[in-house]
Amino acid sequence: MSWDIALILGIDGLANGAVYLLAGLGLVLIFSVTRVVFVPFGDVAAFAALTLAAFETGRTPPTIGLVLTLAAIAVLVEVVALVRRHEAARIPKAIALWGLLPAVPCLLAWLAARSGMPAAVQIVASVLLVVPIAPLLARIVFQPIADASVLVLLIVSLALHFLLSGLGLLFFGPEGSRTQPLASGVLTLGDGFTVSAQVILMVGSAVVLSGLFFLVFERTVAGKALRATAVNRVGARLVGIRPARTAILAYGCASLLAGLIGVLIAPVTTMYYDSGFIIGLKAFVAAIIGGLVSYPITAVGAIAVGLVESFASFWSGALKDVIVFSLLIPVLMLRSFLSVHSEEEDDEVDQ
Amino acid sequence: MKRLIRTLTRCATAAAALATFAALLPAAQAADLKVGLSVSLSGPNSSIGVPYAKGMQAALAYKGEVNGRKIQLVVLDDGSDPTAAGRNARKLVDEEKVDVLMGTSGVPSAIAMAQVGREAKTPLIGLTPLLLDPAENPWVMTVAQPTQLMIDAVVERMKRNGVKSVGYIGFSDAWGDLVYNALMKAAPAAGITVLGNERYARADASVTGQVLKLLALKPEAVMTGGAGTPGALPFLALQERGFKGGVYGQHGLINPDFVRVVGSAGQGALMPTGPIIVAEQLPADHPSKKIGLDFRAAFQKANNAPTTDAFSAYSFDGWLVFADAASRAMAKAEPGTPEFRVALRDAIFSTKEVVGVHGVYSFKPGNLYGVDERARVIVKLDNGQWKLAP
Repeated sequence: MSWDIALILGIDGLANGAVYLLAGLGLVLIFSVTRVVFVPFGDVAAFAALTLAAFETGRTPPTIGLVLTLAAIAVLVEVVALVRRHEAARIPKAIALWGLLPAVPCLLAWLAARSGMPAAVQIVASVLLVVPIAPLLARIVFQPIADASVLVLLIVSLALHFLLSGLGLLFFGPEGSRTQPLASGVLTLGDGFTVSAQVILMVGSAVVLSGLFFLVFERTVAGKALRATAVNRVGARLVGIRPARTAILAYGCASLLAGLIGVLIAPVTTMYYDSGFIIGLKAFVAAIIGGLVSYPITAVGAIAVGLVESFASFWSGALKDVIVFSLLIPVLMLRSFLSVHSEEEDDEVDQ
Repeated sequence: MKRLIRTLTRCATAAAALATFAALLPAAQAADLKVGLSVSLSGPNSSIGVPYAKGMQAALAYKGEVNGRKIQLVVLDDGSDPTAAGRNARKLVDEEKVDVLMGTSGVPSAIAMAQVGREAKTPLIGLTPLLLDPAENPWVMTVAQPTQLMIDAVVERMKRNGVKSVGYIGFSDAWGDLVYNALMKAAPAAGITVLGNERYARADASVTGQVLKLLALKPEAVMTGGAGTPGALPFLALQERGFKGGVYGQHGLINPDFVRVVGSAGQGALMPTGPIIVAEQLPADHPSKKIGLDFRAAFQKANNAPTTDAFSAYSFDGWLVFADAASRAMAKAEPGTPEFRVALRDAIFSTKEVVGVHGVYSFKPGNLYGVDERARVIVKLDNGQWKLAP
């Protein structure tokens, strides 16, 4: 292997790693706040990418129907819950929050599907359209079983993934799509070595978004509430933080990240209805390296996964994924040697 | 999607109607010829199965009777499941008493049907390539082209273009193996060295690593062994790395979705296919030109939409082979009887020069395939259109 090949593979790995980084941040965020390994994360990203592809081919994306259906179910669930608790006065607010708020991006997407809309509007509409998906799913599926064990939550999350990828097949068909590049042009770094603008955009977005994440967690009340819930749910409740509400916030942030990942990778990889699963799985490897709690170690893990994947595809294309997932074994062994075991389910209380 | 569902419903309704019709009038219609088609109208293979069913409707409209006897078509959905395909075949034979079985999208399902055909002594005209031992399956033949025939055409074209070395990148599955093995068989005879054997999975996001490794071997051209939209990945990666040599594909890539995804990276790519894809551009003396245009018209009339795929054409050819054989078999036995099925099988295996839209068919015992060099053309992707490359 010569130096220029190593350099090209390195850049390729960095671009992939940037995507896994964003996905890993989303997974860690949701897990630390709610103890859910959110398997459908990648599906949400695929929905964003395929929605954008639908816009570009002049179709109204079926995702709109999905979001509206989920919103309707969520309103129903919320209203039933309120009536049973004899808090009927809060129904109008619930309808506004769960029914009308998710309808806003749907309206925007519906308008963006008209012909002659600029690409930027379509991209924004695609990202915003998928933002309500994770919070709505969380309200319908995860909130009623918030105190179940991690294993039950994982199984439910896996079932949700199969549901979403099935819907993806129904909505977008079995064939894949690619979208127009978000950024064109190449940057020449001497001696014929070039980096495409799209790769710079991907790496740049990862850096900027992780920076924003850091600022939100350090400087805002909502970020601090998220951190508090992640550190200790009981303690957070004692100081007036409602875990259910922070959970929805976490799902919303993760869904936004997934939407951004979707539109960032759609121009460089062919996205299928089930592409999200592999992205989510590799981000999961990164998140496991970070122990599903640490953002900085997850980031390092994500870059490592991207680089290993890139070099593995050079050495043995057929065994690429085997090599990437084998990374889990030494990491898990090391973690189990180093960590102090505790009874994790003890400190959970009703919300 | 809506259109697909509507088509599926229509096909299902048609099948149900035909089945009811057949059940209501068993005595009066006993002498009719009966064709049993099992095909994937739902499930993951439906994007191929639905065109098969539509092609069969076009064939029925094009040639609805043989020697004055009407042909009945019974269609069942196998849901892309080999077990269901086998069950359908059994049902078609036992309940519908069909004279011939046809099907289906997917090699495993077709093999399941072939086993039923062998036990029930009913001929099966396969519509996909079949991987079976002909000596053990004397009731089976297929109208599809064998992979080797197609890859031979690509290698001939490489030789004509002066290519001396070719790099290979394909799927890490049976299809990638099939194309690679066919290439390895044909290339040495043509004086072409095959460099590298890079593989990727259908779900992979990038093949940059594999392509870099391949290009380090400095091949003059690259052969790809993919299918459908994932097959576009090597083309895109080669364009990104500025590869200037020729890129060759195979018939698995002839698909409108591939063209959409590959975009400008597929410009000038050469690949083999059946002549139906470029029926309008064929020279006037090409045997399949006239029937190809007839098929296009029949399809348009039966389905109210133009053909965009190669799959519906296999159904049409299967029907033509059956109709030709049936006209000869009728002299020996009455349709609907076991004797007729034996006569039909013998007639199919003595098929001589039946002109179809995918090629000219001549079957003989001990051979599953019935086509020769006339069943393939090389096409070039030019600005998103398939152009005949003579």
